[in-house]
Amino acid sequence: MLKIGVLALQGAVREHVRAIEASGAEAVAVKRIEELEDLDGLVMPGGESTAMRRLIDKYSFLEPLKEFAKNKPVFGTCAGLILMAKRIQGQDTAHLELIDMTVERNAFGRQVDSFEADLMIHGVGEDFTGVFIRAPFIVEVGPEVEILSKHNDRIVAAKQGHFLCAAFHPELTDDYRLHQFFVKMVQSSKEVVA
Amino acid sequence: MLKTGTERVKRGMAEMQKGGVIMDVINAEQARIAEEAGAVAVMALERVPSDIRAAGGVARMADPTIVEEVLNAVSIPVMAKARIGHIVEARVLEAMGVDYIDESEVLTPADEVFHLLKSDYTVPFVCGARDLGEASRRIGEGASMLRTKGEPGTGNIVEAVRHMRMIQGQIRKVVAMSEDELMTEAKNLGAPFEVLLQIKKAGKLPVVNFAAGGIATPADAALMMQLGADGVFVGSGIFKSESPEKFARAIVEATTHYQDYKLIAELSKGLGTPMKGIDISTLAPGERMQERGW
Repeated sequence: MLKIGVLALQGAVREHVRAIEASGAEAVAVKRIEELEDLDGLVMPGGESTAMRRLIDKYSFLEPLKEFAKNKPVFGTCAGLILMAKRIQGQDTAHLELIDMTVERNAFGRQVDSFEADLMIHGVGEDFTGVFIRAPFIVEVGPEVEILSKHNDRIVAAKQGHFLCAAFHPELTDDYRLHQFFVKMVQSSKEVVA
Repeated sequence: MLKTGTERVKRGMAEMQKGGVIMDVINAEQARIAEEAGAVAVMALERVPSDIRAAGGVARMADPTIVEEVLNAVSIPVMAKARIGHIVEARVLEAMGVDYIDESEVLTPADEVFHLLKSDYTVPFVCGARDLGEASRRIGEGASMLRTKGEPGTGNIVEAVRHMRMIQGQIRKVVAMSEDELMTEAKNLGAPFEVLLQIKKAGKLPVVNFAAGGIATPADAALMMQLGADGVFVGSGIFKSESPEKFARAIVEATTHYQDYKLIAELSKGLGTPMKGIDISTLAPGERMQERGW
C-alpha cells in the first residue's frame, strides 16, 4: 500500500489524513524529519504559512523537504501551495521553491471574502466545490507548469511534473477526486522508480 | 456561483488554525512579535485580560484605531473581541474586516439573557464554553469555533483544565449513548438536540475547540493539547511575561510538539519569570469572568 505523509507542524492535518485514506492509501502525520524516510508522497496542508515556515526552520526541515521533493510527489493546498511556490509577490524570498510560479497571499481579501465556488479541474472533473479561505492564487506560471483550474481567470490549481497544488481546500469537502488524482501520481512515480 | 460566509468557509477558517497558538496583542509591535514567533492569528485588544481585571469598570470592544493598526501590521488573521450580545460592536468589527470575532466573557456583557445570532454574520465567531451544554448552545447560535473559558487573566490553568475535561467527558458520554437517550441528555445539558446528534454521529464536536483562559507556560499549552484541545489562545501569558519573544516562540513549539517532553524541557529553560498568577479561590464570584454567558 502506498504511504503518504501529511506535514503536521500546524494546520488541517486530520482532514487530509481522512481524504488520503478514503483514496486508498495509508496516511501518516509527519512531525519529524525521520518520518519522511519511508514515504511515497507528501501533502502540505492548509494552515498559516508563516507559522509553518517558522517551525520548518526551527527543526531544519527545509533541506530534507527539498531533498524529498527531488523524486517524490508533493501536493500542497492553500498554505501548502505558498510553501511550494518559487516566487511570492511582495516578498524577496520564497520557501521550498518547487513549482515555477508566482503566488499572491491572501489574494481574494480577508476572511469575510472567503468563499465557495464550483470549479472545473482538468484531468480531475467538473462540479468540484472549491473552498477558498483567505486563499492565495497563482499570478503566473512558467512553461513547465500545467494549469489545472481557473476561477474568474485566476489560476487556482496547477501541476508541474510530480508536484500538485491547489489554492482551495479539497480536504474540507467529501469530494476526494483531487486526492485520488494525487494518489495516482504517487503510484506512477513509485512505478517509475521501481 | 460564488458563496461567501458559508458554514464550511467559516468553520474551515478555524480548521486551518489547528495546532497553532493565537496570541493577545495590544498594538502593531506586539502583533509583529507574535507573527514572527509563529502565531497562527492575533487577537487585537485594548488591554490584555489581566489588565482588564486590574482596571475594573466596564470593558468594551477595543478602539477601532488599535484594531486597524493590528490589521495593517500582520498578514496572519486578526481576531477581535465584542461584548456578549452586543450586535453593533460585532457588526462594526465585521465591517472593519476583522477575520474572526470573539464574543467574549472577558469584556463586560452587553446582554445578560441573549448571545449574538452568529449565523447571521459573514464573519465567523469563536465563543467560550465550560461544558457541552454551553458549547452546543453556542454552536446552535452559529459559532464556528469554540474555546474553553478557563479563567482569563489569572495565569492559572486549573479552570481551563476543568472545562476541557468536562467537555471531553461529556462528548464521550454522548457518543456512547444510544440515540433514543439523546433527547433527555439534550434536556439535561440545555443543548440543542441536533447538535448532540451531530456530535454522536461524528464522534467529535462539529467545530474546532481551542483552550483558553490561564495558559502561562509552554507546559500549560502542551497540557491543554494533551487533554484534547485543537490549539491554544494565550492572553496575558505572553506579553505579561519577562521576555515575550522567547515565551511566544516556546509556547508555539510546545503546542506543536506537545508530547515531546525533552523538547519542552529544553525550551522551558531560561524563559524568565512567567506572569504572576492568581489563585482562583481568592476571586470573589463577581470577579470570575467564566460566570458570564448563558
